[in-house]
Amino acid sequence: MTMEGNLVEIVSVLSAAIAVSFGAIGPALGEGRAVAAAMDAIARQPEAAGTLSRTLFVGLAMIETMAIYTLVIALLVLFANPFV
Amino acid sequence: MQSPLEHVVLFHVGPVPISEPVVVTWLIMAGLGLFAFLSTRKLAILPSRTQTVLELFVTVLDDQIRETMRRDPAPFRPLIGTLLLFVLFANWMSLIPGIEPPTAHIETDAALALWVFVATIAFGISGRGLRGYLDTFVEPSWVMMPLNLIEQITRTFSLIIRLFGNVMSGVFVVGIVLSLAGLFVPIPLMALELLTGAVQAYIFAILATVFIGAAAGESEEIPLTAKESE
Repeated sequence: MTMEGNLVEIVSVLSAAIAVSFGAIGPALGEGRAVAAAMDAIARQPEAAGTLSRTLFVGLAMIETMAIYTLVIALLVLFANPFV
Repeated sequence: MQSPLEHVVLFHVGPVPISEPVVVTWLIMAGLGLFAFLSTRKLAILPSRTQTVLELFVTVLDDQIRETMRRDPAPFRPLIGTLLLFVLFANWMSLIPGIEPPTAHIETDAALALWVFVATIAFGISGRGLRGYLDTFVEPSWVMMPLNLIEQITRTFSLIIRLFGNVMSGVFVVGIVLSLAGLFVPIPLMALELLTGAVQAYIFAILATVFIGAAAGESEEIPLTAKESE
């Protein structure tokens, strides 16, 4: 293997790790806020817990998708890298 | 470790290679179709146990579509219901040992999302007429037209990636934990995958409903929900 090909692989692995680690920060903060808001709402209005938790699950799945996007990018870089 | 973008080719039909997701997809389609056919042969006024469950499912589905679209759910029920059931069973295919969910491969999700894309255009034209549907692209003003056109592509793409990423990451994480820790350790993760699969199936169906409903527009008279008409 040439030195240049090796370098591309090293950079790919590094960038995949960076993408996942930093891509997880935003959704984690967002999910924390969403759950906190839902907890607050359930504490104020326990009778609406069913509707709230259903909406919460859907919202969490939507937020989580942002982290999944970065995971897909990382896997593309690792397994389907056009430059290797 | 095997790439999630590669396929295991099981056999060839003539020159066409048939991969594992295709076989599983056809198995799910055959199973669901056969079940739907057999369970609707003897519909009775006093429903049997199976018929009660099916009626409950259809009623809940109708209520969801009606609330989201503000239209009569009848024309949309077959498409949305089939999408929901197919994605749900496809996501839960990982329960059977040795079988990967077909939705963990991007081609299956792309096919599903392209159907939603086609259905959006078809229902938009049938709901508003060709002129009316094209007019929605220049709302609120003609400046927004490029964005509206791009939105059609990007939301289909995000529909693909959302389902693919969620299901594939579940399969991937279970595989990694299994190779690191051993036989029974990934079971809690698989239980979490069941929840994720159900939520993703619901989200896929509800997003398809929202897209089609936005394209078709609201009908003049809002039909009553089942609860209100009682």
